[in-house]
Amino acid sequence: MEIDPFIFRLSIFILSIFVGYYVVWSVTPSLHTPLMSVTNAISSVIIVGAIIAALANIEGNIFSKSSVFGYFAITLAAINIFGGFLVTQRMLAMYKKKKRDKK
Amino acid sequence: MISANLSAIFYLISGVLFILALRGLSSPETSRQGNFFGIIGMIIAITVTFLAVGNFSTGLIYVFIFLLVGGGIGAFIAYKIPMTAMPELVAGFHSLVGLAAVFVAISAFINPSAFNLGSPGNIKLASLIEMSIGAAVGAITFSGSVIAFLKLQGIMSGAPITFKGQHILNALILISIIVLTYFLCATQSSNLFWILIGISFLIGFLLIIPIGGADMPVVISMLNSYSGWAAAGIGFTLENSALIITGALVGSSGAILSYIMCKGMNRSFFNVILGGFGATEQSKSNQGKEQKPVKSGNADDAAFLMKNASSVIIVPGYGMAVAQAQHALREMVDALKKLDVKVSYAIHPVAGRMPGHMNVLLAEANVPYDEVFELEEINNDFANADVAYVIGANDVTNPVAKTDPQSPIYGMPVLDVEKCKSVLFVKRSLSAGYAGIDNDLFYRDNTLMLFADAKKMTEEIIKSL
Repeated sequence: MEIDPFIFRLSIFILSIFVGYYVVWSVTPSLHTPLMSVTNAISSVIIVGAIIAALANIEGNIFSKSSVFGYFAITLAAINIFGGFLVTQRMLAMYKKKKRDKK
Repeated sequence: MISANLSAIFYLISGVLFILALRGLSSPETSRQGNFFGIIGMIIAITVTFLAVGNFSTGLIYVFIFLLVGGGIGAFIAYKIPMTAMPELVAGFHSLVGLAAVFVAISAFINPSAFNLGSPGNIKLASLIEMSIGAAVGAITFSGSVIAFLKLQGIMSGAPITFKGQHILNALILISIIVLTYFLCATQSSNLFWILIGISFLIGFLLIIPIGGADMPVVISMLNSYSGWAAAGIGFTLENSALIITGALVGSSGAILSYIMCKGMNRSFFNVILGGFGATEQSKSNQGKEQKPVKSGNADDAAFLMKNASSVIIVPGYGMAVAQAQHALREMVDALKKLDVKVSYAIHPVAGRMPGHMNVLLAEANVPYDEVFELEEINNDFANADVAYVIGANDVTNPVAKTDPQSPIYGMPVLDVEKCKSVLFVKRSLSAGYAGIDNDLFYRDNTLMLFADAKKMTEEIIKSL
């Protein structure tokens, strides 16, 4: 009997939870705020779903209902992606500067 | 344009890059590189999606327009936001992830063929379940984060909002979500789908209103976790490994942070979620309050004490963030260092309004991160230090957590500030902290209260040094 592909996705999911568990425990507490902002940014990879939705136009109608929801989702996710990565960058740059100034 | 298999491999690569992004945060040196990996991962995921869809009609122009509009707004916020407003920003961002998940789920529901999920009214059962989970968790994340944002921003009072039968109502709503999902799968009715989303918005709102302002570190971490699970739910629907991996990473990350925060307050997760903390004890402490003698001093006394000390430990708290005192604090420390005083910073896990909040503020004020220590690292040093300078912290220094089993904060790990030779406590008044209890420390012989705004007092001390 063939294994349902769902099982493979479930395997990825479960294993990733474990990877996440160990990786996050190794994050130094002083970087917990950047951790939150960067997880925020990467969870916005949901934008791939939004792009598929936006470009799946039915019979050439680029403003079908599902596309419009896709456009909205793209905007929201893009705010998060740019905002999340940039603000993380900004914070991490501050941690870096200190070390150098001190020396 | 490119085959489904090839794009799946690219999604896997971006998933791995996201793991490396989090891995980089294990130390400040590697963290920037980690963030860079994250950005690359995101670029790969987005590019592959465009190629996989392979639709280069005029719709693509709109996609780019919305991408740029969102990106511009995001970049603008990222550069403008003051570091003290980080908790609000993160809460706001969570709400956007949640809402985006809801929108994607809606699109998939109205146009399932675009995602290879069947046709409207005849969506594959597994996909429908995954979609419902993604939409429901996304909606909860959205409305919950909006409330958290309003509370942090001070637009909404931080006081817990409780009413009779609250928990029963919430339980009923949660059960109804499960029942609705069942009927939705059985009937494929779009009305049920909309009701499901509506109810999920409602429960997100109801779940967060009873939680008080100082429990926000837990709430934000929890919503962080939810946003991950929502993304994972959508990832299953879209059969996209990048989304599944990321969702799992973010979900477990948020869960771990919530756990760390709960442990920092010695409270169970359920105790925080059920809410109402701080409301009941408040009245109790006011009744039993007796006037005890307090020693208070001014900036000159404080400057004198610190000047003659050989080591000083600074204990910052949320009050420092409110007063924006971190820069003044750093100047004071610089002045002390010139006088050969050894200075370090002690950070309690729940100081501030989100995990790591104090560390970011100190980093912003150019405090080297190797002078900043966590509770376990520094707690033994208080006994050997001459002066503890408590600025904007309160409950996290309260010795009753160690001595009085009756106290609501009993068992909470606290900084052993009272073991210092002398304690300088900057505070505006003798009022109780968030937990609503009196701080024993105020009345100790070795405590000198400095009644003033944190920033003003610190500036005055600099002048007297």
